[in-house]
Amino acid sequence: MPQKIPSGGEKLVQCLEREGVQYVFGLSGGAAMPMFDALVDSKIKLILTRHEQGATHMADGYARSTGRPGVVLVTSGPGATNTVTGLLTAQMDSAPIIVICGQTNAVNLGKDAFQEADVTGITYPVVKHSYLIKNGADIPRVVREAFHIATTGRPGPVLIDVPKDIGQGPCPAPFTDSLDLPGYTVPGRGDEEQISRAARFLRESRRPVLYVGHGAVISDAGKAITALAEKLRAPVVNTLLGKGAVDETHPLHLGMLGMHGTAYANKAVADCDLIMSIGARWDDRITGRVSDFCTRAVKIHVDIDAAEFGKIIKPDVAIHGDARLVIEDLVPQVEIADTKEWLAQIARWRKQYPLHYPKQGGLRAQHVLDRLNELTRGESILTTDVGQHQMWAAQFCLARSNRHWITSGGAGTMGFGFPSAIGAQFGNPKKKVWAIVGDGGFQMTCSELATAAIHKLDVKCLIINNNYLGMIRQWQEMFYDNRLSGADLEGNPDFVKLAQAYGVKGLRIRRPADVDRILAEAHAHDGPCVVVAEVVKEDNVFPMIPAGASIAEMLIEKPKHRLEKPTGST
Amino acid sequence: MSAAALHPAEAPSRAPLHTISLFVNNKPGVLVRVALVFSRRGFNIESLVVSAGAEGRFSRMTIVCSGASTELSQIILQLAKLVDVVHAIDHTGDSSYETEIALVKLFAPLDERTQILQVAEHFKAKVVDYGSDSLILQVHGPSDKLDAFVDLLRPFKLSELVRSGKLLMARGSRVT
Repeated sequence: MPQKIPSGGEKLVQCLEREGVQYVFGLSGGAAMPMFDALVDSKIKLILTRHEQGATHMADGYARSTGRPGVVLVTSGPGATNTVTGLLTAQMDSAPIIVICGQTNAVNLGKDAFQEADVTGITYPVVKHSYLIKNGADIPRVVREAFHIATTGRPGPVLIDVPKDIGQGPCPAPFTDSLDLPGYTVPGRGDEEQISRAARFLRESRRPVLYVGHGAVISDAGKAITALAEKLRAPVVNTLLGKGAVDETHPLHLGMLGMHGTAYANKAVADCDLIMSIGARWDDRITGRVSDFCTRAVKIHVDIDAAEFGKIIKPDVAIHGDARLVIEDLVPQVEIADTKEWLAQIARWRKQYPLHYPKQGGLRAQHVLDRLNELTRGESILTTDVGQHQMWAAQFCLARSNRHWITSGGAGTMGFGFPSAIGAQFGNPKKKVWAIVGDGGFQMTCSELATAAIHKLDVKCLIINNNYLGMIRQWQEMFYDNRLSGADLEGNPDFVKLAQAYGVKGLRIRRPADVDRILAEAHAHDGPCVVVAEVVKEDNVFPMIPAGASIAEMLIEKPKHRLEKPTGST
Repeated sequence: MSAAALHPAEAPSRAPLHTISLFVNNKPGVLVRVALVFSRRGFNIESLVVSAGAEGRFSRMTIVCSGASTELSQIILQLAKLVDVVHAIDHTGDSSYETEIALVKLFAPLDERTQILQVAEHFKAKVVDYGSDSLILQVHGPSDKLDAFVDLLRPFKLSELVRSGKLLMARGSRVT
């Protein structure tokens, strides 16, 4: 019997199987039907989401927690445009996701057909690369290239737009492993000369700081960086996305730097004589006013993306390559350095300016997160949404290992926290996963409670509920004479009842005395659980470096005087 | 492309010009991806020439753009980062061979033609269309020579100007 020729949709799904895809997160629709149909007979599990944005964040959470690409399947037009926020989120944070969109029949492209959108056109600025398939025979090569591009070098999202007739029509093309990418090379080891130059600077430094970013997480450079830090006796700071690359409980670790970083991390950065970025990009949350940033320090920059060199900060040494390989080559070239005075100074700062929060006056988000840290001890995967709760979580929930901290940094996408936790849970069935969200961001994607409920996922969602867009309220209080505008979330639902409406267990924390008991109850519960912490309404995140200010202008606590409006954006 | 090319006298003080050559995949969408790198950082593309390379699967782009010199190296790196760009090279101020072709249409009564043709002869321009009311002149050479030629013709009834944009090739073993 002759073998049946697969349809384009079947071929595409077979290609996904070949790539080792376990889950496809998506929402169906007309133009994507050939691919959804093919999933019926596939061992790949379709996770039907309630909104395409949720699907993209699930794929993102899956990808960041496992290191394997997350796959999204949606339909044309509005289905595809709903993925744009997720693409931006993945692009800004270098997360490998593949978004496959249905599209109108190829002959109707550009003719305003039903549910047609120029999706490749709309998404150019937010993807690493994209494909519009015009010929079914290209499917195997395009899928292979898409996975290669998404996962290698600096990872990022790749979009594949598949017209319905291509998905429906026969696709006799064979599988392929060959790539047609003459313009794409994957950097590996760094240049030897630059590495030895870096080693020379490190040997001479008496006040070094290792500044660790997401690139270190992605390349799994943590072990090498820890060895480097221990050999140099150099303190380590990490960015919001770099959390977990190096164990934050390590004695040399100063926690997060930047706008809401620890005071001692920022003081160390402001006072260092050498700062070495390992897979971090001198983001404006980190540098504050660039002209004042580490003006007297030697700057070494290790990055897999050459376009990051000199984009914000002109480095004295630029090493183009994979963070892990570069640091592994560097470690034998450095010597044990005398940083005793420097570490003593940092220890004084650590003692003088610890992270703290008031123990009285109602339930505090910081208290809840501090206790969650105690409960999870770095063993659970934590995801966050965006806002005050995110910064408090970054301060109080210490990441001990790679891929256990997932947050939307570059894009700052509200609505990311809960679906990314769902994706992380699918990728890590043996781990506990906690989403830490605010009441604002949670409501942007809370319909995914249904997704968590159907799959009885062991995912916990901690809602830090202050009935405000808290970070907005904080800025308006501090910089806009407390003229609140668009900050009050009056009309919030009862989140416990909302969870219950989806068949999800709902718990509430009202008093500090209940925190441990209720967190433990949620943690032990087998299945999805929403915990609503009804925290004090008006609380502020400190330390804080106002946007566009220099690190030296860091506010350790709420200032008594009125502040000028920040010059930096957002 | 701006109207400034036609009326340089009205153009605001210009950002410096840079010349970039790109070797790219000959695929749909490549031009958009390239153009977005410029527009996102506020660079204006002053001229753009795209054509097939020696192998049909690749194209050549020669781009003249204006924008802050300090940003140019970022533009080059961002271009090189595109999956479809095989290489991106900044040729600003190097000794590459450069040329450009311009076509100029003038509505010239017979009594003005002698003067026009004198200018044309000086610039080695060819008359490629000789009508009863109008002339089309074709001139080629470095872009600044073309600028000078066009400026000299402005006092006459210059009605249309079409320029090819700069073409460039690196000399010897250097790569374009």
